[in-house]
Amino acid sequence: MENMIYLKDVVTLNLNEEKCIGCGMCIEVCPHAVIGMNGAERARIQKRDACMECGACSCNCPTEAISVQSGVGCAAAIINTLLGRSDSPCCGPPDSYEKSSCEQSDSRGKTSCC
Amino acid sequence: MISPLSATDESQINPPSPEQPFVVGSVETPVGRVAQVSSTLTWRDRWGTVKARWGVGRMDYTVEPGLYALGNPDSQSHVLVTANYKMSFDRLRETLSGRDVWLLVLDTKGINVWCAAGKGTFGTEELVRRIALSGLSKVVSHRELILPQLSGPGVAAHQVKKFSGFRVHYGPIRASDLTAYLEAGLKATPEMRLKTFSLRERLALIPIEIVAAFKVSLLILITFFLLGGLGGPDEYWTNAMNYGLFAVVATLSAIVAGAVLTPILLPILPGRAFSLKGCIVGVVVALTLLIVRNPDLALWPGRLEMAAWLLLVPALAAYLAMNFTGASTYTSLSGVKKEMQTALPLQIGAGVAGLGLWLVSRFIA
Repeated sequence: MENMIYLKDVVTLNLNEEKCIGCGMCIEVCPHAVIGMNGAERARIQKRDACMECGACSCNCPTEAISVQSGVGCAAAIINTLLGRSDSPCCGPPDSYEKSSCEQSDSRGKTSCC
Repeated sequence: MISPLSATDESQINPPSPEQPFVVGSVETPVGRVAQVSSTLTWRDRWGTVKARWGVGRMDYTVEPGLYALGNPDSQSHVLVTANYKMSFDRLRETLSGRDVWLLVLDTKGINVWCAAGKGTFGTEELVRRIALSGLSKVVSHRELILPQLSGPGVAAHQVKKFSGFRVHYGPIRASDLTAYLEAGLKATPEMRLKTFSLRERLALIPIEIVAAFKVSLLILITFFLLGGLGGPDEYWTNAMNYGLFAVVATLSAIVAGAVLTPILLPILPGRAFSLKGCIVGVVVALTLLIVRNPDLALWPGRLEMAAWLLLVPALAAYLAMNFTGASTYTSLSGVKKEMQTALPLQIGAGVAGLGLWLVSRFIA
């Protein structure tokens, strides 16, 4: 997996250590071990370039200590959206490729998640 | 705000149909009969997986959402949550063979867990709603749920707890690790939490890439073949069988380069951007084709034809490889946008230039 790292220095992930309570949920949900513990109290970003901006960490952070402009890294979905097409070969309609469900639901006021 | 339906209102409870082929019986619960499913996959289930991998009926490959029983679960048994994409559901019930558990299937519109979580259909809202609709809080006495880790982008565990009372445990990424996770007392090892992108995983995705590429390029292939007949030294069909057929072979080779070879060789190809990896494979494939083709480079038609395919094959391969970012398990949206900013104009430029050169080569021949 050493070569399974995408572009360097592009990721929008941020961790506000002041707000972190060290619950470890972000570590549990991250599929690329981007976040680790810094002692027992705080999380820290340990592999920033491995982040794929899926948004699982920020979605599951109970104190909103993590922010990331999450979405699906899918060229076809981006092209389809640029063309105004609604069918995407990736994962069905690309309606939310820009924002993870979590934040989108929030902006619509349906859930108070994240 | 979520307004959870009252779980005490039994008229709201909405069980899935027992008429589905994988239902083998039922289990009595305080909210009525719950459909019991088999943990053995039949040849029809496996054939369904093959068809979905090739894009046949993939957008309508679903099970009905709701609560199911596997084995003979009771009020103490674990509750595992999954998507209503049939392949996800099949993987789960197959791996849990011999256990007594509840399966809560969310309505993700037939989309797999990870993609549905990214879109929000596998999300806090649907989970809280489905808990209420299934009467789960009467079926089990505990308040614990096991979710696939990859549902994390859609589900906020603390919100689920707040709105439904159920605590979310994120299980392993792969269904095949579930047994070990359950036996360890809901503890996942660090390896279970890592999303890999092994050769086997990449191979499984290649059919759908090929199908998608073919759907788009079929018309292009026919056009190339027919245009190949125009101009040239011989009569129409002789030309078409020469220049047109080579155009078809070259386009198909570009599809193989971008949608088959690049995914297979992904980790060992140089560069990080998928389009660069695809372009490199495209150049190698184009050079191989031209060595086989051996055009007459002393004359302009041969030179232009060679130049055209040296532009077109890498451009198409790079484009298809770039689209594989959507299937990959590690590309970020920021990264794909950055890659596209450079790669897409180059692909379009090379495509237009290559097409122009090829058409000119046809008419000066």
